[in-house]
Amino acid sequence: MQNIFTKKRVKSVVIKILFLIFLIFLWWLVFKLEIWTPWLFPDPVTVGKTMMKGFSNGTIWMGIMISMKRIFIGFGFSLLFGGLLGFLLAKIKILDETVGFLVLGLQTLPSICWLPLALLWFGLNEQAIIFVVIMGCILSITISVESAVKSIPPIFIRAGKMLGAEGFSLYRYVIFPAILPSLITGIKQGWSFAWRSLMSGEMLFITVGLGQLLMMGRELNDMSQVMAIMLVIIIIGIIFDKLVFGVWENNLRRKWGLVKS
Amino acid sequence: MRLRIRNIRKNFKTKNGSVCALDNINLDIQPGEFVCLVGPSGCGKSTLLNIMAGLEKQDSGRIKVDGKIGLMFQEPALFPWLKVKDNVGFGLKIKKLEKQKQEKFIDAHLKMVHLQNFAESYPHELSGGMKQRVALARTLILNPDILLMDEPFAALDAQTREILYKELQNIWQLTKKTVVFVTHNVREAVCLGDRVVVFSARPGRIKKIFDVDLSRPRDLGNLELIKMSNKIMDVLKSEIKEL
Repeated sequence: MQNIFTKKRVKSVVIKILFLIFLIFLWWLVFKLEIWTPWLFPDPVTVGKTMMKGFSNGTIWMGIMISMKRIFIGFGFSLLFGGLLGFLLAKIKILDETVGFLVLGLQTLPSICWLPLALLWFGLNEQAIIFVVIMGCILSITISVESAVKSIPPIFIRAGKMLGAEGFSLYRYVIFPAILPSLITGIKQGWSFAWRSLMSGEMLFITVGLGQLLMMGRELNDMSQVMAIMLVIIIIGIIFDKLVFGVWENNLRRKWGLVKS
Repeated sequence: MRLRIRNIRKNFKTKNGSVCALDNINLDIQPGEFVCLVGPSGCGKSTLLNIMAGLEKQDSGRIKVDGKIGLMFQEPALFPWLKVKDNVGFGLKIKKLEKQKQEKFIDAHLKMVHLQNFAESYPHELSGGMKQRVALARTLILNPDILLMDEPFAALDAQTREILYKELQNIWQLTKKTVVFVTHNVREAVCLGDRVVVFSARPGRIKKIFDVDLSRPRDLGNLELIKMSNKIMDVLKSEIKEL
């Protein structure tokens, strides 16, 4: 087991924290110069207070919970069915030439362009927003699973077969672990697509959630709320990208010997 | 008889028509025998090994294999996501053997290849020679009757190879497996084999079979071994000139 608190890591974290403090100081400095009026450019303390208030009265928690629920449903669905489709595309040539072509084409459409269609089909409700999240990430997951399966070194399969793995056990013990590193990269990218789609979707129509809290700030001319919610969205993004997926990916890459730790 | 090969013929289709890779191959291999196949590249020796392993099908002729086969490749082909001990035990896990028995077998086989201290390591932490030893243990743990080895030491440096020759001879004497070993290195073939089968190229035919009656364990520097290698080398050289 490796020690998380190595000298190098502590140093890198300290540097990041110092940089953050410096940024906040810079922000405060710009505020003090009074280039913009305070209601357009609030100081860090006001934004911090707004954030605290949002957390203590529950509105931000509520927004986070609702947005998380949506992304977990949409992303989970995409992972399951997008992954399955990607797998089939890699295995069945005729499917790849037809559906694979369609997937590549649809992937070029920004996910928010599905919103009008979703609103007409499902109305102003949960299904519409989850549909947008799904369309935002399912195709990219399909494509990354397909390319991961296609690029398995054939020697692993030969070795697995030689040692008696066939059918399901070949998938379970050889193919799945063999594609995991590139799969994680795909999952990570899919997550960030889903997260972006969700935020744009939530901002564009009336429903609770983080995106809506952000729009509410605009409608109330409350810049400190806008900034506070933006910070919350950034922090959630960092938690998932760097901590959840990043740590998982790094552990795996170290185990495989793909990085020097 | 472990392996009986009769009139095996195999053609490959290329852009310029059909190339005869193996032409009328006849070979009998006894249980416990160590047979080396040498020949210039493209002589079809690896193809013959693949036919023995059942990975390729001959165009005509018959092959009779008596027993279970284990195959080793030029690359170790270890699974990078598994620790050394789990790589060695992979076949047992697939067979769903009891956990305790698995561990007992894994320990014994790691000891056999002198890697008991590396059980918890991952493949990328090992040297090339160690990786091939893990691959050997992983193949032997399934207790095959015939071990087919396709240039398993070709990618290793000379010193490592020499150590592995000794280990492989010891393991072979201990386990009494039938081994068919493909190589293009004549000294390697004479050092390891009871018989050395020399192939000619295009069409791939058996040109000559040499019996190696040297005492074991053999050393690469042994004078008799060098003499024998030179004799075989001469046969091979005339073959390469003809191309």
